[in-house]
Amino acid sequence: MLTAADLLTLLPLIIVGTTAVVVMLVIAWRRHHAATALMSGAGLLLALLVLPLASTGSPPLMQVDGLALMSGTLILISALVTVILSHHYLSGYIGPKEEFYLLLLCATAGALGLVASDHLAMLFISLELMSMPLYGMLAYSFRAERSLEAGIKYLLLSAAATAFLLFGMALIYARTGHLDLAGVAGALVGTGDAWMLGGAALMVVGLGFKLSVVPFHLWTPDVYQGGPAPATIFLATVSKLAVFVVVLRLVLAAPVFNSDWLQTLITVLALLTMLGGNLLALFQSNLKRLLGYSSIAHFGYLLVAIVVGNTLAIETTGVYLVTYLVTTLAAFGVVTLLSSPFGGEDADGLPVYRGLFWRRPYLAAVMTVSFLSLAGIPLTAGFIGKFYVIALGVADSRWWLVGGIVTGSAIGLYYYLRVMVTLYLPEPGMRRRDVSNDWGSRIGGVTLLALAVIILILGIYPAPMIDWVQGLSSVS
Amino acid sequence: MILVWLIIIPFLGGLLCWQADRWGEHAPRWIALATMLFVLGISLWLWVTGDFALPTDDARPWLLEWRTDWIPRFGIEIHLAMDGLSLILVALTGFLGAFAVLCSWREIGDRVGFFHLNLLWILGGVVGVFLALDLFLFFLFWEMMLVPMYFLIALWGHSGSAGQTRIRAATRFFIYTQASGLLMLVAILALVFIHFDNSGQLSFSYDVLRQTEVPDAIAPWLMLGFFVAFAVKLPIVPLHGWLPDAHAQAPTAGSVDLAGILLKTAAYGMLRFALPLFPEESMAFAPIAMGLGLVSIVYGAVLACGQHDIKRLIAYTSISHMGFVLIAIYSGSELAIQGAVVLMVAHAFSSAGLFILSGQLYERIHTRDMRMMGGLWGRIPALPGFTLFFVAASLGMPVTANFVGEFMILFGTFQTAPVVAVIASAGLVLAAIYSLILMQRVHFGPVVRQEPLKGPDRREYAMMLSLLTLVIVLGLYPQPLLDTTAGMSGMVAELFAEGASDGLAEPIGEVR
Repeated sequence: MLTAADLLTLLPLIIVGTTAVVVMLVIAWRRHHAATALMSGAGLLLALLVLPLASTGSPPLMQVDGLALMSGTLILISALVTVILSHHYLSGYIGPKEEFYLLLLCATAGALGLVASDHLAMLFISLELMSMPLYGMLAYSFRAERSLEAGIKYLLLSAAATAFLLFGMALIYARTGHLDLAGVAGALVGTGDAWMLGGAALMVVGLGFKLSVVPFHLWTPDVYQGGPAPATIFLATVSKLAVFVVVLRLVLAAPVFNSDWLQTLITVLALLTMLGGNLLALFQSNLKRLLGYSSIAHFGYLLVAIVVGNTLAIETTGVYLVTYLVTTLAAFGVVTLLSSPFGGEDADGLPVYRGLFWRRPYLAAVMTVSFLSLAGIPLTAGFIGKFYVIALGVADSRWWLVGGIVTGSAIGLYYYLRVMVTLYLPEPGMRRRDVSNDWGSRIGGVTLLALAVIILILGIYPAPMIDWVQGLSSVS
Repeated sequence: MILVWLIIIPFLGGLLCWQADRWGEHAPRWIALATMLFVLGISLWLWVTGDFALPTDDARPWLLEWRTDWIPRFGIEIHLAMDGLSLILVALTGFLGAFAVLCSWREIGDRVGFFHLNLLWILGGVVGVFLALDLFLFFLFWEMMLVPMYFLIALWGHSGSAGQTRIRAATRFFIYTQASGLLMLVAILALVFIHFDNSGQLSFSYDVLRQTEVPDAIAPWLMLGFFVAFAVKLPIVPLHGWLPDAHAQAPTAGSVDLAGILLKTAAYGMLRFALPLFPEESMAFAPIAMGLGLVSIVYGAVLACGQHDIKRLIAYTSISHMGFVLIAIYSGSELAIQGAVVLMVAHAFSSAGLFILSGQLYERIHTRDMRMMGGLWGRIPALPGFTLFFVAASLGMPVTANFVGEFMILFGTFQTAPVVAVIASAGLVLAAIYSLILMQRVHFGPVVRQEPLKGPDRREYAMMLSLLTLVIVLGLYPQPLLDTTAGMSGMVAELFAEGASDGLAEPIGEVR
């Protein structure tokens, strides 16, 4: 039975769900873009505020521990930023704008459930609740061919991945008779037989698809490029974060995911992902594709935490995700601001950004800071994340992975620098698209500036963030 | 606290320059100049008032020290400290920083504020490298100074020879140094975690990590991690690929910073970190390091002879000179290490002089290709004379500081590695050849054009004369410099002696 404490624990999820219902009803009653955005933002903010109250109860199928709280906070913040940027982006869109927020809220609820799931059924339902609205979000500007293509591509490949995941779960269930993580872990002492390993491997493949780990990454660039910028932001931040946390939870809970064979598999995947992501990004001239490949590479680095799988790994995951989120939000945020008001395709070609610094110095500064952070240069948040990952690899003597990170970072520099210097090159008079002049006073612009400042603060004085993450990761 | 200000002032000055752009073109220049003179002033004041007698006990080897917690989770502190060597190099940074501002007074015409932002941030980062004692902090500054340098080359550089754009050169510079820097980060982290396993305490402190007992199997690799990072920056021959291009494409101020200061951070890093952290491994590695130094001397000199671009020629001579420094550092003799310090300072002055001169030539004839020059002696007043002087300094003519440095290095090295010293001496002959080639091609030889060119103005005269004075004064009376760094060199030489005796003691122990 649900107790009051359980309900309190579920409160953030309930609030987000309720907001989605209310938004739907309001849309049915009267369409108003700003009000809808405001309502969604308020709902997310409220959920964010009640989240710290939530750690007492233990609702069925879920485990709301430090890890879940931490990732819940990050998910809600990212969703909030996405809402702010979406409002700016959609204000020029011809066609219904309000449903986007509905989809976004549903997906956020799914993500919140996913990071707290303690049961394979809950895992599956939340994953689908998160993915289904994403199809709609990616194909939202369906008049643009690429957006439609992105949505359908994601739908098809995601369905295939879901099949893998389900088959893996079925194999594990067949062997153990349990679906809850504790049961699965308890039913198996030792490493498990071929069926268990097969099931675990299939689940890794299914989830690895969502994380775009290298052999399963083929959808990423097209979807990132085609989807509307806010949907891409959501895909790159919330969706990836939630899936990653659930993978980490599986590895921590069930020993079968920790067998040597699977560890070797994940190590190889991690190496492939960091090197592959960076190599593929090298000669991209489309910014959204480039960021897509770069996010592949970043999750390759983060897979080190999955391979190691101890307390420091949880902390590393937390710190890295925080730094990755603020950085990615800032980078995509600039793209979003430049792309709107909506006019066909997004501003994602590199030539659009040439000489941006001399037209929009603050916007270019935000972009520079976020790219420095992506490249992991000291004094930005990204460096702290990279430092953590390398420290984790060194502490656990995973020299192959450390070598991979070093090589990957060196390769990655090339394309990050290329973009950065483009911002400062004097332009030969081409000025195709621009944000409106008062962008700084708009709430989207302010958010981006705040993100850039946060990136710098996290890089210069990371101690509070580390304490926060450490406190939450030691709870679990 | 004064150490913190030494680092922060350039950063603040840089931001101020950026914003000062709106008050006119000259405002950022004056602000930048004032900032660097301020740094120079503080360090000179510290030098005059400081006491550099040999430290009697190990308790306080530092002249000034400042520390506070930063990231307690990993035991990372903001730990700054200054001894004689860092003081000299910080003063040098301030001095050459001011010169970098001065020599770009006329050369940089667009985006002046942003240019000086980058320039001052490089210098701030370099000062940080010279003062940081926490390994994390050191690495942070080490990497941080690359970004503004990248922008300096990429945005204000010259697109020189065909197929070599300035962006490509800047990117190459960045990737070389950053990738090797990451190796150092891995080595630092490995050292920290080994210490953690031994003592259960996480710390990035220099003093603490020096006590770490690293397993014999890993130690050489960690030492190599540090060495590679420094060797790329110094640069040593197989890892020098970035230097000629970066120099050739960089604006004059960038070249002055690169040759004058950035290369010295590498030598400083070896003296401060690589050797004291791994004395025995360094001792074992010394023959290889010296061999690489020899290769650098000869290779740099030979390639310098074949260059057409005047800045590339000077860049290759830098490689050659830094080979001497490397040999001296790994010779383990106090005299040679002192000589290395003198040569570092002298090379900073002479190469800065040559780069500034080539910048001034470029402003007048708009080429750096020596095939387009020739016979300039009769066309420009005063400049060729200065060039002759700095060329003479570069080839190690007595009376100049370079002579003192090279002489001490060869003298000191001869005690421990006579063969190396003999071969290195041959490098001096090559130095004479490339120096004379430079002089002959640019200022003598067939006259390409006739019309006279403008002589140096007062600013240029003042810069050249002060560099010239310093080189001669240091060449005639280097004793104050030697006194200042004696403590540090003595310590490194002692470490080497201990490393050697430990190395001997171990096999004996096994026999027993």
